[in-house]
This record gives sequence, structure tokens and C-alpha cells, in this order.
Amino acid sequence: MSEELRGVVVCHGPMAGALVQAAEQISGVDAALIPVSNMGCDRDTLEQRVLEAVDQHPAVVFVDMASGSCLVAVLKRLRADQSVRVVTGVNLAMLVDFVFHRSLSSEEAACRAVAIGQASIRLP
Amino acid sequence: MSIVLCRVDDRLIHGQVVIGWGRALGIDLIILVDDQVAASDWEQQLYRMAVAPEIEVRFVTVAEASRQMADWQSNGKRGLVLTGDLETMAALHAASPQLVHKINLGGIHHRPGRRERLPFLYLTDQELRTLLDLEAGGAVVTAQDLPTTPPVALRNLP
Repeated sequence: MSEELRGVVVCHGPMAGALVQAAEQISGVDAALIPVSNMGCDRDTLEQRVLEAVDQHPAVVFVDMASGSCLVAVLKRLRADQSVRVVTGVNLAMLVDFVFHRSLSSEEAACRAVAIGQASIRLP
Repeated sequence: MSIVLCRVDDRLIHGQVVIGWGRALGIDLIILVDDQVAASDWEQQLYRMAVAPEIEVRFVTVAEASRQMADWQSNGKRGLVLTGDLETMAALHAASPQLVHKINLGGIHHRPGRRERLPFLYLTDQELRTLLDLEAGGAVVTAQDLPTTPPVALRNLP
């Protein structure tokens, strides 16, 4: 059986920690998601935090915005890594779903996260 | 119009720059001076994504910026000159002391050897000396992350 995917959540300020905590509370699944914040660090340090969180595992990296320092740091270090896929616009719905689908490939899990995340944005 | 802000921010083009300062100052030209980004198409594409289409973005090397500063001052646009480190801004000041006169320290974050001066500003003692030298040479240096926060003069940094 192949290794389960790691989920890494990279956001501005305290957002990643809050999203991961909420996803764990809803799903009951711990330790599937690793939060990374850009707080108080320069570009090199943020890139290092991202690399340490992925730690050479197959992973989906969830980023808050489709631009900005978090996405730049992630892509700068990981865009050539075929075992890692990046999803922007992270939301709680996609994280809660992701923790139950970590046996997918990173490509499949990333595409699924985009679909789940988009479907959760509605005008109820 | 002119160059209206010269900012040092190690996160380069991001929300504080585009939204915080860009809107407040009516910026319609962002000039990112960074040798590495100037040579990287994919990074340029990424930084462009953070900027509204009506704002022009130019990616230039330090040498190109030093040559073109006077053109940007008189091209009719409200320009923001952005560097990722103090050394680059010091080089621009040396090349155009009249145009790179007021220097905004917007975000220089923690790395080993630096000490916190403000929550968004970490400097080594050598970096602080570099800034003091800039002021001695006629520049006005203040720390201010957003236009809604008060600027802090270099001499008042802890």
C-alpha cells in the first residue's frame, strides 16, 4: 500500500492553524494536516517551513490565496516536485474531505479538493 | 506624476503593497527591483497575479532601475518602487538620491542575527548602520507597514 498523502496548509497570519484545528474537530482525524504560517518570517524562512512540513512526503499543499508570499514560497520550492500538488483558495470543506481521501494520488486529491471547495461556495 | 513610494519589503508584491498602499496612494505602476525575479518568467507571472490589471508592473534589475529612475519620475504614472532588501534600496538611493529620497521600511522579517525592532521589522546591527548611513547621506527613512499605521522614524527604533 502506498504512503498516505500529507496535507500542508499554508496561510497568512493564524489562519492555517485555525483551519487545521477546525478540520480536526469536525472530522475527528488528527495529524493529517500540518499548518504553516507566514507570520514573522522572511521569504527564506517561510520556504524552509514549507519544506519541513512536506518533509519529502507525497502531499497536497493548500494555500490561502492565488498570489502572495505563501504561494510564492510554496511554488518556489515545490513546483518541480511531481509528488506534490498545490491548491489555492483553501477552505474548510475541502480540508474536511481531504483527510478522508489521503490514499488518492496527489493529483487526484488536489482535483478533488478543488471540486469540493468550489461546490461549498454557494448563495444559500 | 512621479515615484510616490520607495519601499523595502522582503515579501515583494503582496497584499499590503497592492491593497494597503496601492489603493491609498492611487498607484498605477509598481516597479519591482530584484535581479532574481527579473530573470524568472514564472515568478513574474506569479507576482502579476496579485495585482489588478489596471496597474502596470515592471520587473527590473538594479542596473536597469538605476538607469530608468528619472524616466519613471516623469512618465505620468504614480509609481511604487519596491525592493526586497536594504542593499538594493541603498544602491538605488546612491544612483538617484533625489528620487529615492524617502524610504519606507515595510517588511523585513526575522532571520538569524536580526533583532526585532518592530513586529514587521527585524534588523541586524549592520543593517541598522546601513540605514543610518543612508540618513546621513540625506535620505529620510521611516518604518511603516501600512498607511493606516503611524510611521516610526529610524532614530526612534528600539
